[in-house]
Amino acid sequence: MSKPHAIIVGAGFTGTATAHDLALRGFDVTVIERGDICNGTSGRTHGLLHCGGRYAVKDQESAIECIDENIILRKIVPGVIEPNGGLFIALNESDLAYRDAFIAGCQACHIPLEELTPAQALRLEPNINPKLLTAFLVPDGTFDPLRLALSFAATAKKNGAKFRTYSEVKSLILDGQGGVVGVNVLERASNQTHELRGDILVNATGAWAGEIAEMAGASVPVKPSPGVMVAYDQRFVERAINRLNTPGDGDIVLPQRRMVVVGTTSFEIDDLDYVPVLEEHVKLMLERGAELIPGIRNARVRGKYMATRPLISSGSGRSAARTFKCYDHKETHNVDGLVTITGGKATTLRAMAEGTADVVCRKLGINAPCTTKDVLLLSYRQYYSLPN
Amino acid sequence: MSEKWNITLKVSRQKEGETPHFDEYKMEVDPDEYVLDAVERVWAFMDRTVCFRHACHHSTCGACGMRVNNVEKLTCITSIRDMCQDGGTLKVEPLRNFPVISDLAVDMGSLYNRLEAVGARSVLPVPEAEIEKPASTWDPADQQYIRLADCIECGLCISACPSAATSSGYLGPAVLAGAQANGLKRNPELLQLVDAEDGVWRCHSAFECSAVCPSLVDPARRIMNLRTQVFTERFSRLFHKA
Ligand SMILES: Cc1cc2nc3c(=O)[nH]c(=O)nc-3n(C[C@H](O)[C@H](O)[C@H](O)COP(=O)(O)OP(=O)(O)OC[C@H]3O[C@@H](n4cnc5c(N)ncnc54)[C@H](O)[C@@H]3O)c2cc1C
Ligand code: SF4
Repeated sequence: MSKPHAIIVGAGFTGTATAHDLALRGFDVTVIERGDICNGTSGRTHGLLHCGGRYAVKDQESAIECIDENIILRKIVPGVIEPNGGLFIALNESDLAYRDAFIAGCQACHIPLEELTPAQALRLEPNINPKLLTAFLVPDGTFDPLRLALSFAATAKKNGAKFRTYSEVKSLILDGQGGVVGVNVLERASNQTHELRGDILVNATGAWAGEIAEMAGASVPVKPSPGVMVAYDQRFVERAINRLNTPGDGDIVLPQRRMVVVGTTSFEIDDLDYVPVLEEHVKLMLERGAELIPGIRNARVRGKYMATRPLISSGSGRSAARTFKCYDHKETHNVDGLVTITGGKATTLRAMAEGTADVVCRKLGINAPCTTKDVLLLSYRQYYSLPN
Repeated sequence: MSEKWNITLKVSRQKEGETPHFDEYKMEVDPDEYVLDAVERVWAFMDRTVCFRHACHHSTCGACGMRVNNVEKLTCITSIRDMCQDGGTLKVEPLRNFPVISDLAVDMGSLYNRLEAVGARSVLPVPEAEIEKPASTWDPADQQYIRLADCIECGLCISACPSAATSSGYLGPAVLAGAQANGLKRNPELLQLVDAEDGVWRCHSAFECSAVCPSLVDPARRIMNLRTQVFTERFSRLFHKA
């Protein structure tokens, strides 16, 4: 019997992780990506390997997903992670008022937590605001976004997946009864159009998921919500520094290489393909970042950038759910052969892939369990050396 | 309101089987935008066929290296103001010494293969990430932290290196720097690979690599240090044989 052929559109975190999962479950996988790996939202992710603390009060489903996946990723892809932990710090009375809810939330979500005195916290991280009132040590980490996705892609490739980059899906091939049976692809390196047929199409285009779904006459409730980040040229801390309060703008500072990066904001846009970096947001990052780490004020800006979250629109902005959703469009719009996976976070990419591959297997009547929790990923560099 | 400049973005274009030529795009920019922002806007609003590599937009991934007005630059952190003037031209070309996939995108497979071959570490303990800081000066408290290496594997050094241009087999600055950081003492099996014509001896100390490196890796100095390591390792082998 020949293997079922899955076509995945999009090679961000979601697409590369899904390629890895489906390849392990015995699928022939082809990933179609219009740019190079991670040119969309994923490459520009802030880079926090969430421990879940950020969501522990208001969105416990996300928080539990985060801590569980955080532990798995540390194990399966150690070559791209700085596993140094994180601090949540309180700087004023409003932050302190959040303390009890934070402790209760973390306990409810099995997020390990240790409260430190200001002196203890300053010993660990001498550059944080010395006026802090209390601090919690948590198992956050940071990761290199491109290399995280490449590690999944490399391993998928090793298991037979093919990656067709610089290839844009222009339209879908329909079977005349509303079902999707393939894609029409523009290869940008040769300016030629090809068609590719498969048994199932996985739409993993993140913030662009609505555009692909629309090509089949379906839709998804994704609300693109961009955020701005600013990188400064000094590595002030080894850990992720979070503000102990309800999630807001500019309340996380992460170390990255010889930099720190302050993020982020949340706003709404019309054109997805180019989102400007708003100067007010850059100023806000400086103000908010310097509250956590005063030295940022005297550091030089190294990069200002933005990325667009594919939020599932059940609410608005930051209150929208941060978990992911997998839509079988047979169920939503009576369109067969098409599954959309969107929402979520970098931290939960493996779980998102597992959920999607489960739906794909169920639709095709294939009985193959997920094994990605235990498979150590190849070095990201192998993505470039393995044959396609 | 931010400042506005009118510039001509001159982009090297090359599709499969074609010889390269330039396409020009007139655009209004904020001079404090980065070169990569201008290239991305060409793709978004003017010409969907332009191919280029990019991911993190803040100098951690190493994907967006290009030659800008004849100099190797990480385009995501290179402001337009630093490279041209109002009314001026910004010329962008793919990196040299790598095969072109299309337009500005190059295939960096050779670099990644060689980095694997010398076991260049992607993450390492914080103190070891510093350039040749003597171990005695490490703060023991820092030993517990792991961090991503400084080298972002962008290939700018390979593109700028005159020796890489003369021999496609040359391991190249980033790779030799990776071997140096790894250390021959710890990895004696690397001796054969680096103590070779296309290893440390191909380098003619042009120092172009260190001049263009956006990440303070200082490959030139690391190559000089690796040569010293080679002599030490050769010497210790003689000694052990005797
Ligand atoms: C500002 C910001 C900060 C964030 N910080 C964090 C963080 O610190 N930690 C964390 O865990 N998560 C974080 N996230 C969330 C995380 O980045 C996203 O959830 C994740 O990157 C989404 O990945 P994706 O693969 O679904 O989308 P994408 O990465 O956008 O991938 C979709 C891909 O589809 C491609 N595509 C689109 N249309 C087509 C087409 N027609 N044909 C072919 N290809 C197409 C695009 O080129 C793109 O590469 C952050 C998000 C934002 C916006
Ligand atoms: S040594 Fe510097 S220039 Fe060379 S690949 Fe590494 S970061 Fe880039």
